[in-house]
Amino acid sequence: MIIKPYGDTLEDGKIQVSFVLPVADDERGREAAAILARKMGLEDVNVAHAKGLDTGFTFYVVYGSSVHDVDYGAIEVKAAVENVMDMGEVNEFIKAKIGRKVVMVGASTGTDAHTVGIDAIMNMKGFAGHYGLERYEMIEAYNLGSQVKNYEFIQQAKAVNADVLLVSQTVTQKDVHVANLTELVEMLEADGLRERVVLVCGGPRISNELAKELGYDAGFGQGKYSEDVASFAVQEIVQRKLI
Amino acid sequence: MNKLNLDDKKIAQARKYARNVAEDTQNFIDRHTTVAIERSVCRLLGIDGVDSVGVPLPNVVVEHLVESGLIGVGAAIPLGAAMEKWSLSPQEVAEKIGEGELDLSEIKLEKANKISEKIQKLAETAVNQIKSNRNRRTELLAKYGDKETPLLYVIVASGNIYEDVTQAVAAAKQGADVIAVIRSTGQSLLDYVPHGATTEGFGGTYATRENFRIMRAALDEVGEKLGRYIRLCNYASGLCMPEIAVLGALERLDIMLNDAFYGILFRDINPERTLIDQSFSRQINGFAGIIINTGEDNYLTTADAIEEAHTVLTSQFLNEQFALMAGLPEEQMGLGHAFEIDPSVTNGFLYELAQAQMAREIFPKAPLKYMPPTKFMTGDIFRGMVQNALFNMVTVTTGQRIHLLGMLTEAIHTPFMSDRALSIDNAEYIFNTMKDFGDEIIFRENGKIYSRAHKVLDEACELLAEIEQNKLFATLEKGIFAGVKRKRDGGKGREGVFEKSADYFNPFPNLLNKS
Repeated sequence: MIIKPYGDTLEDGKIQVSFVLPVADDERGREAAAILARKMGLEDVNVAHAKGLDTGFTFYVVYGSSVHDVDYGAIEVKAAVENVMDMGEVNEFIKAKIGRKVVMVGASTGTDAHTVGIDAIMNMKGFAGHYGLERYEMIEAYNLGSQVKNYEFIQQAKAVNADVLLVSQTVTQKDVHVANLTELVEMLEADGLRERVVLVCGGPRISNELAKELGYDAGFGQGKYSEDVASFAVQEIVQRKLI
Repeated sequence: MNKLNLDDKKIAQARKYARNVAEDTQNFIDRHTTVAIERSVCRLLGIDGVDSVGVPLPNVVVEHLVESGLIGVGAAIPLGAAMEKWSLSPQEVAEKIGEGELDLSEIKLEKANKISEKIQKLAETAVNQIKSNRNRRTELLAKYGDKETPLLYVIVASGNIYEDVTQAVAAAKQGADVIAVIRSTGQSLLDYVPHGATTEGFGGTYATRENFRIMRAALDEVGEKLGRYIRLCNYASGLCMPEIAVLGALERLDIMLNDAFYGILFRDINPERTLIDQSFSRQINGFAGIIINTGEDNYLTTADAIEEAHTVLTSQFLNEQFALMAGLPEEQMGLGHAFEIDPSVTNGFLYELAQAQMAREIFPKAPLKYMPPTKFMTGDIFRGMVQNALFNMVTVTTGQRIHLLGMLTEAIHTPFMSDRALSIDNAEYIFNTMKDFGDEIIFRENGKIYSRAHKVLDEACELLAEIEQNKLFATLEKGIFAGVKRKRDGGKGREGVFEKSADYFNPFPNLLNKS
């Protein structure tokens, strides 16, 4: 099936984009915005709004129809977890297949000061109606908070005999998260710990693909909650016989 | 402006509990100093720059004092003695210590009153410089006239101070009144202040004296063109809290994030260290005419905004009393709170209005700082605009002073220039179209808004009574604020806390009090 963006008619290809150009707000600037939109693959370009933000910067809102399409049927996506269970099912799964509590240690590591991601996954209250891992009867969850150095993170994980390590990264400017995530994998490997734990990372800019590329078992981005993470982790434990 | 009919006696009672907590803690604070405070003293006495391997000279001096066992008397006496003995300036003393040519433990410390004259003179010079910065701000505000409607506060966070200037100047032209330069992530845990202009940072730009100076000059310049005073904001928090306050005072910053508990709760900085540091940093900020912003809004990013609303008010009462102890007047207390109720809560807007109006009535002189929604911002930028619009309405209705603009892309990236412009447009539209709305409405007695405010005040008063009983350190250990537990002897920077010896001397508290 070949698809195009949908405005109000199938295959009309309608798209809205907005951006700033470092030019004055005048006719020439509008034309520059239109040319750029055409280069992006839009036709029937309409520069709907232009507003000068400073003498040399202008904001544009542009509409157009995409000349491109996508072969939807040919796409293959590997989701981190095929079978997502709810909290009760995860607990039952652990009781039946693992037979003991699963220990999960999480932190926002490196210099990252944001706890919002790890809290959403781990805190009792959870996020948007999804209870966090602390509420799971069969999970022993330790949330170490933010700015935890990789070395400390590993020490703490060892101290509680963690089965699952959860790393949250919110700041991704200049790819600072990539260096930090890679460092953790290297340290775990040097420690001989990598094969013995399930290693998961998450954050608004983290995809499963990126996580796997960096040597993680899975990555969880926006719209994922504790049950996604827990479902993956417990199934991975069973599959890799880490019981 | 009394629409909620809050019980004055209850407010006074809450203040009294908070006062007792602060006084009890102040006893501990007064008996101690920290490496950061002594480095602040060094900076005020004119020590600046770095040694041959890039270590800031105030750190060189203070580490030397720690190693020589002299830290208990403070930096001023040994520096004074060395100046006397070798006829050097403090800067030269610091440089020679850095080169290993000078050992302060060799000198015999004399009585403070005898040697303090030279130090006293230098201290007065520094205090006068801060005073002249303060006067300059007053002059400029008088010349341009200050804005009466809420101040529009935006952040820049490019990591590169020169790029920050471009964005800040553009934001000022679009209508921003306050520019905050977000610090590089991790700076709060550095036990030194980086040196010079910086062009690399993560999630923000390093706070350095030179970066302060560059941004100040740029904002003064654009302010002159626009006929408005553009305020500059940074962060006197983390392990260098008092040092940053000093640099801000010397470079005429106008607003500093400066909370008594934030570093403890959210950066795991040692509680003793933070409480001692906040005291001196607030003496500086108070004297410099700098508005402090407290960080209660952060509680609600980890705790629930409905269930934990009273902890915000409790912390505001405590921050107020700690600030008063340090001589910082109410007019400079930008007590913080935030619009963070889950958008799915029925009547959530009413509860936000109640909290904001309550804060306004309990702290009538304080230039309250109101933070936008962050926790429930999603990738849906269109809904984000609506959330920010509701937030703007609360501000204009309840007369908040420092209005941190919400960005529609909050959950996505540090703001683009266009994000900032859109949020300024949003706020200006609402502030104008609803300008006197607050004067026109009253809240129904025993209605939802009224009752909510009463309930929060009741709960805060109860919690303050409990904190007074348990004392502050034990309270922090119990996880009352933001659901975070912090041990008194845990956290970062504990090794930088020292008991003052009997002959400890710091020339500044007296001078700041006197002037």
